[in-house]
Amino acid sequence: MIKSKLLTHLGKYLILMGTAFSKPEKTSMYYKEVIRQMYDIGIGSLIIVFIISLFIGAVTAIQFAYQLDGTLVPDYYIGYVVRDMTIIELAPTITCLVLAGKVGSNMASEIGGMRQKEHIDAMEIMGVNTAAYLIMPKILAAVVIIPILVAIAAFVSIGGGFIASVPTGLLSGQEFVMGLRSFFMPYNVFMMFVKSFVFAFLLTSISCYQGYTVKGGSIELGKASTNAVVISDIMILLSDYLIAVVLI
Amino acid sequence: MIKINGIYKSFGKTPVLKNITTEFHAGKTNLIIGKSGAGKTVLLKILVGLIAPNEGQIFYDSVNFLNLRKKDLRTLRMKVGMLFQGSALFDSLTVEENIRFPLDMFTEMTRKEKSDRVNSCLNRVSLDGVNAKFPSELSGGMQKRVGIARAIVLNPSYLFCDEPNSGLDPKTSLVIDELIKDITIENNMTTIINTHDMNSVMEVGDNVILLHQGQICWQGNKDEIIMSDNELLQDFIFASPFLQRLRNAALSNSMEVKSK
Repeated sequence: MIKSKLLTHLGKYLILMGTAFSKPEKTSMYYKEVIRQMYDIGIGSLIIVFIISLFIGAVTAIQFAYQLDGTLVPDYYIGYVVRDMTIIELAPTITCLVLAGKVGSNMASEIGGMRQKEHIDAMEIMGVNTAAYLIMPKILAAVVIIPILVAIAAFVSIGGGFIASVPTGLLSGQEFVMGLRSFFMPYNVFMMFVKSFVFAFLLTSISCYQGYTVKGGSIELGKASTNAVVISDIMILLSDYLIAVVLI
Repeated sequence: MIKINGIYKSFGKTPVLKNITTEFHAGKTNLIIGKSGAGKTVLLKILVGLIAPNEGQIFYDSVNFLNLRKKDLRTLRMKVGMLFQGSALFDSLTVEENIRFPLDMFTEMTRKEKSDRVNSCLNRVSLDGVNAKFPSELSGGMQKRVGIARAIVLNPSYLFCDEPNSGLDPKTSLVIDELIKDITIENNMTTIINTHDMNSVMEVGDNVILLHQGQICWQGNKDEIIMSDNELLQDFIFASPFLQRLRNAALSNSMEVKSK
């Protein structure tokens, strides 16, 4: 029963994505919508991403310093660990989990609300490919903007690690920078962008699917919004594992 | 003209429409009436392609609507306008942006041409000067008129109205009815209205179809309604004792005139 339900949803999701990525009626209208979505996702999420990444970097630095205490591992390793933890895992994953909550639920509610108020029907009758017009610009905007947000998150996080460890005397600024410059592998940055690209696609497409297929009233819309966040989070963590297995 | 042939629709095992065959004429206001649950909205949604029937055919003039490829369907839909029960105006767009939306999406008109077309549609529904307002700043009747303006902005050949008078006072309802009728005649459109409103039926019912339990049980024009002896029709149209007395009075008057 659950298996067949899952397969039904997967099938519907794939069909919707196929329809969403069909030829636009008018490119300029889609372009405007992509820019609007980029602004909403990018600028709208900047503050929350900044705050979360600052604390992630700070906590990583303090906790690693605590674990190093009394060991023979040199202090500059704090900078190294903050950098790699941030780039490989924390910046893409935590940022996208947070964005699934903020951006994903917003997209599901927006599209679901349009479905309930017959806006989608109105567009369909006009001849608009609603799946394409409402979903494609959101996904395109997200796969461009979210990797940029993740890169910003990585920088801020490293800054957070610096603020938490250097002024408090855990290590010197010079040692922190030395740690940052040690054992750097550019491949990790590539992995960060692959993750953020995949997570961005998953969180927007799943949220749009939840909103687009909503049926019923306000309770169902609330459920769709919650499902958008929960399913996106699960899929982000699952794909995080798969990407780690494939790329490392 | 829209012609439907043998439309059958069920949800699960419950049949909603059973073998509906009829014609909706161009240049006339065609009304679908019936009690709640009779299948009016389902029929309207089937006609515009929002719901697929289990069986049957729909012809928009000579084009078989249900056999169209997606691309051709979208082209045909540009000839279709629809006024929704709740107007379905996009809340985050102004009145001007709402009406301009189909022009932006489907035409290569210049900004000035679009603006002129929007103003002419707003003028046609007697709503000059509300371009910059948002739908939430308008009354229900004004929202319906903006809905009509948006529906006619691409000069459609077919206009569908789902309960255009719901939530409106009788006076405003009459204004909306007359507006739809005038626009239908001016543009020689095939207009199909789904309504509960008996004033509408008696005012603009050029072709009235009564649905009952998913079947057409009466079809005629507004003048034939009073004389009809169809019980379901009389039960529905003259539901209240007051209206029944009015009908009896009208009938006895006409009998007296005939006997003289």
